Amino acid sequence: MGTTSPATTRNLFEQETGLTSGPGLDPSAVAGYPDHPPRVGFFTDTSVCIGCKACEVACKEWNNVPEDGLVLTGMSYDNTADLSASTWRHVAFIEQPAADGDGDLRWLMASNVCKHCSQAACLDVCPTGALMRTEFGTVVVQDDICNGCGYCVSACPFGVIGRSETDGGAHKCTLCYDRIGDGLMPACAKACPTESIQFGPLDELRERAHQRVADLHTAGQPDARLYGADPADGIGGAGAMFLLLDEPEVYGLPPDPVVTTRDLPRMWRHAATAAGSIIAAVVVACAGGRR
Amino acid sequence: MKRGGEKAMVPDADFGSYYGRPVVKETVWGPDIPAYLFLGGLAGASSALAAGAQVTRHAELARALKCGAAGAISLSMVALVHDLGRRMRFVNMLRVLKVTSPMSVGTWILSGYTPLALAAAAAAVTRKLPRAGFAATAGAALLGPAVASYTAVLLADTAAPAWHEAHRELPFVFAGSAATAAGGLGMLTVGPGRAGQAVRFAVIGAAGEIAAKSLLLQRLGATAEPYQTGRGGQLMDISEVLTAAGLAVAVLAGRTRVGAPVAGLALMAASALTRFGVFEAGRASARDPKYTVRPQRERLADAASREQ
Repeated sequence: MGTTSPATTRNLFEQETGLTSGPGLDPSAVAGYPDHPPRVGFFTDTSVCIGCKACEVACKEWNNVPEDGLVLTGMSYDNTADLSASTWRHVAFIEQPAADGDGDLRWLMASNVCKHCSQAACLDVCPTGALMRTEFGTVVVQDDICNGCGYCVSACPFGVIGRSETDGGAHKCTLCYDRIGDGLMPACAKACPTESIQFGPLDELRERAHQRVADLHTAGQPDARLYGADPADGIGGAGAMFLLLDEPEVYGLPPDPVVTTRDLPRMWRHAATAAGSIIAAVVVACAGGRR
Repeated sequence: MKRGGEKAMVPDADFGSYYGRPVVKETVWGPDIPAYLFLGGLAGASSALAAGAQVTRHAELARALKCGAAGAISLSMVALVHDLGRRMRFVNMLRVLKVTSPMSVGTWILSGYTPLALAAAAAAVTRKLPRAGFAATAGAALLGPAVASYTAVLLADTAAPAWHEAHRELPFVFAGSAATAAGGLGMLTVGPGRAGQAVRFAVIGAAGEIAAKSLLLQRLGATAEPYQTGRGGQLMDISEVLTAAGLAVAVLAGRTRVGAPVAGLALMAASALTRFGVFEAGRASARDPKYTVRPQRERLADAASREQ
């Protein structure tokens, strides 16, 4: 991640649309909370994940998320498959040949979750205002407003949010809005036995994440890298960052996600020109000839 | 290495993926949406052409187009509400106006356009309130083209690679396709020999659509694949054949009793198939992770080489 110049992004957004989730480092302030608690999020350190799936279970239990079927996928120990309306934490399992080359296995595990983007495409495209930015800088769906149009599902660059077949609405991780408001940590972080999932103020987490990568590099783990920790990336930095041990796409994550609405001002201009061309075609068709 | 179990789930070796699974989600929209893309385009372009026909005193063509627009936009509304996960809450679209949401902007464009299109048709059929009818006709003609082209932004403002990357050309593909359909409607509904304006409109529309499509295919490179292969490619191909056939019949036999409606139907079907083809191409591009991962990898590599 990290090819987009933040200045370009900011200019496009603020000058041309001047709206919503904005690219600043303080999305809560952009969303209209002048006085708000510090932005919080997750740091998921996959180097200590043991694949116990306690996060998946705790999330379902606390949020009363319905079960989504018991199937065997054939993908290592992962029978959850992906994030969806009914899965808000998903542990990925990757089996690789180890670097030592003598037939050993390297087993990567990573608990995926909504990124709570600084520039959230789902929030931008939601036509009802059901998706909103909280005072904590997180992104949540207001279930009593969502009309199930499904636009957010196609807009998310991570494939996180889904539409429920049961109730027709869109659902995703709320970063346990109801818990953090009471000073509790989200259910998944609370249940994680190895502190692979860490919750806290984003600034602190980012510092801790950089320190952890440095430590791992020193300890002979050159593969360690951060994902979603750069505020200059295509989504303005994630509210949920990760420490990965391989390329993001190996874990099913996009290597360079960009919020689709970044190009929206340009899209509107092309659409306006195209609409004008229809009127021009009418003039030509009707002016020429007798009949 | 034990990966994949019984099924081979890792397709290409030149990019990494998680068991070949999609990175972004395929749209949850059903066939209602491409049907709406067609009907909305047909309605919008018909309203625009109707105003031109009325001003140049082609009353029969104007009336037919207004009725067609009113019918098409009414069906559109049904399709749009039907596709919602929670249909009773469709009015929640009117809670807010967000320029960052093409669906929100589109809802408001439709809210302005639909009553005007219905009023224009009602005035034309009843021959009452000619002044109000003319005002409605003019208003629908101004908003109609927006109805026809905003839907391209609706698709482009997503993470589906084949839709998003096509954001430059897609509005012109849709505008051309809409004009093709409206021209076809004119040929189908007025007597042979009285649809000259409709024929010319369809010719201009089809030419624009074909030009925009070929630009799209050129510029998108590998991301254009879903427009050329699979179900999306098939639909696009049939659309092209129907467009060519419809135009040929219109130009050669457009003044005959059989030729005009046949050409009209072919052009309308071609327009519908273009929308279904684009829709399927977007779905296919979201399903296969290579369309998401490869361009992003290339972007990162470009950025890295620029920094050196």
